[in-house]
Amino acid sequence: MNPAPARQFKTDAGRMSRDLRHRELIQVALGKYSVIRDRTRSAYQDWESARDGASAIKTEAVGHLDEYLKEFAQKLEDRGTKVHWASHPEQAREIVLNLIREKKARCVVKSKSMTTEEIHLNEALEKEGFEVVESDLGEFIVQLRKEAPYHIVFPAMHLTRGEISDLFARELGSPPTTNPEDLTMTARRVLRRKYIEADIGLTGANFGVAETGMISITENEGNARLTCALPKVMITLMGIEKIVPRLEDLALFLPMLAAVGTGQPISCYNSFYGGPRQPGEADGPSEFHVILLDNGRTRLLADPEQRDALHCIRCGGCLNVCPIYRNVGGHTYGTTYSGPIGSVITPHFRGLQQWKHLSYASSLCGACTQICPVKIDLHHHLLQNRRNASRQKPSFLESLAFRAFAVLINSPGLYRFSKTLGRFFQRFHPLVKGSTLDPARAWTRTRDLPPIARQTFKEYWRTRQ
Amino acid sequence: MPAADRMRVTLFIPCFVDLMYPKVGISIVHILERLGHTVECPEDIACCGQPAFNSGYWEEARAVAGKTLRRLKDAETVVIASGSCGAMLKVFYQELFAGTSDAPAAKELAGKVFEFSDFLVTRLKVEDLGARFPARVTFHDGCHGLRELRIKHQPRRLLSQVRGLELVEMPEEVCCGFGGTFAAKFPMISTAMGEVKCAQAARTGAEYIVSNDSSCLMHIQGLLDRQGSSVKTIHLAELLAHT
Repeated sequence: MNPAPARQFKTDAGRMSRDLRHRELIQVALGKYSVIRDRTRSAYQDWESARDGASAIKTEAVGHLDEYLKEFAQKLEDRGTKVHWASHPEQAREIVLNLIREKKARCVVKSKSMTTEEIHLNEALEKEGFEVVESDLGEFIVQLRKEAPYHIVFPAMHLTRGEISDLFARELGSPPTTNPEDLTMTARRVLRRKYIEADIGLTGANFGVAETGMISITENEGNARLTCALPKVMITLMGIEKIVPRLEDLALFLPMLAAVGTGQPISCYNSFYGGPRQPGEADGPSEFHVILLDNGRTRLLADPEQRDALHCIRCGGCLNVCPIYRNVGGHTYGTTYSGPIGSVITPHFRGLQQWKHLSYASSLCGACTQICPVKIDLHHHLLQNRRNASRQKPSFLESLAFRAFAVLINSPGLYRFSKTLGRFFQRFHPLVKGSTLDPARAWTRTRDLPPIARQTFKEYWRTRQ
Repeated sequence: MPAADRMRVTLFIPCFVDLMYPKVGISIVHILERLGHTVECPEDIACCGQPAFNSGYWEEARAVAGKTLRRLKDAETVVIASGSCGAMLKVFYQELFAGTSDAPAAKELAGKVFEFSDFLVTRLKVEDLGARFPARVTFHDGCHGLRELRIKHQPRRLLSQVRGLELVEMPEEVCCGFGGTFAAKFPMISTAMGEVKCAQAARTGAEYIVSNDSSCLMHIQGLLDRQGSSVKTIHLAELLAHT
């Protein structure tokens, strides 16, 4: 029996693949994205050199992660930031909960953070009776729908304006409209009040700069700036792999993140946070906490073959180009990180046997590897996951089938015999074609299969000799 | 042609080309012989071992690939009618046999394997084969050929010389959804991907979808037939053999 996540994936993927409305929505949205992205990339003198540069920086950062993390934490603490270390999600959640209780806080406003999704922070806070408000527009929308983000960069891309209008009318009592500006204004009216009410601002981080001890946050809406600036206490949750050695490295990463992430030359707001309000400063939070999360990342670091998966800057580029993602959609994966990068790293974070199906759910086309701005060898890692999974726990039937195939294909006599057999049986194939009795049903349910030729190539070749 | 330029080409015909698309192999034989080269075809090898390899069963894959590797050891040049099987021989054998006694042979083989269109354009520096094919066509890049072997301009150079042919490109290089065992393990996703591909091809107004990979074409044609579409698929070698 397949593990539950595999069964859920197969069921949902089957349903979504047939959902023509979803297909049209995502194909059109990502088709437009790819045109803009390519236009932006063409402004680079040499995009491939930029990728080489970005990959080299990340290789350096990940290869010396221990040193850079120490430097990063030290620099942060020097300016009065409290640095916390969390090995597991529960530890990270506990740190946040303790801070909330300590500050007697009631309401937390959040800017976009996939790392908080990874540790299921919202559910944990709400369970303890605290209010959590997502301030990124897309996240705000999916939070109202009590849904996980559909995409790591575009959390609500699976929804039409009409659906968002209905949602706002139902949940916020706003008048129906499909004008994007009006919809945004509705969200803004709710959110502006929350920024002021909130006791704590919680953010993720796009990069952590070791040299200066700074958090770098990229956004387009200005919501992260308000999340950091208005509440008295700021908490940042960051995966340990988000480190870059030097501030100047961001001169490369910020434009590349924007180019592949959204197609923009640069995102609207790129802000650096170096600590709480310093003496003599007029604003900023009075307390700043940074939580550094491992949660399986050091396991990935210990794997020399796939260590480069820690280079990921969560741009979402591999999701956008992935033909599987485009057809099954983000929720089908059942993981925090969907698409190719999710299929590569989830088995490391949450168990290979439970999550190996994602590595098989790929045509290995390599579009992900080609787009990745930090050159993660994504589709080859999917192959390695498959190899590791079947080495660890081979399927008896599959192994037997491949062994039998090897015997058959290596023996010209047996090969010829099975060809004759195939020719005999294919005469009866139309009787069962596509039905449950058809041994080739996985193929023939939706596709025709060509017959064995009257004269195969090898037979032709013999006549020539 | 001076005897020194005459090559001894070993043709590797993958199992599904042998059984279902013999014309592809025959076309390659005709083209290469017309160019003055000698073609040979080892009869006792039929598979590169990719199905087992891609499924993660490397030991089982080596049982098939090992024989192919040894049989091609003495070949001067190997030409293969599929970008996918070509990538297996040229790229993945080196991974599959890494750390085994066959590793040097895998490395040596990688240097002499060519996908068919790459062999013509890069190795033989031939682009005009005197072909004639009066039709509007679009070209589908098989992903392994495109991204593992970097074959993109080769088939287009060859097509640009075909009399009467008009090439209309699709907007994106996107997988057709075949993916080997993926097509059977996740048939619904594979089908959806194929339908997207067929729709993109249809929008170009092409009468034919051309590719250098029969496996992609088997999937695409299978869908087109089921849809009752009038668009047809044809392998590049078959098209180039039309005079």
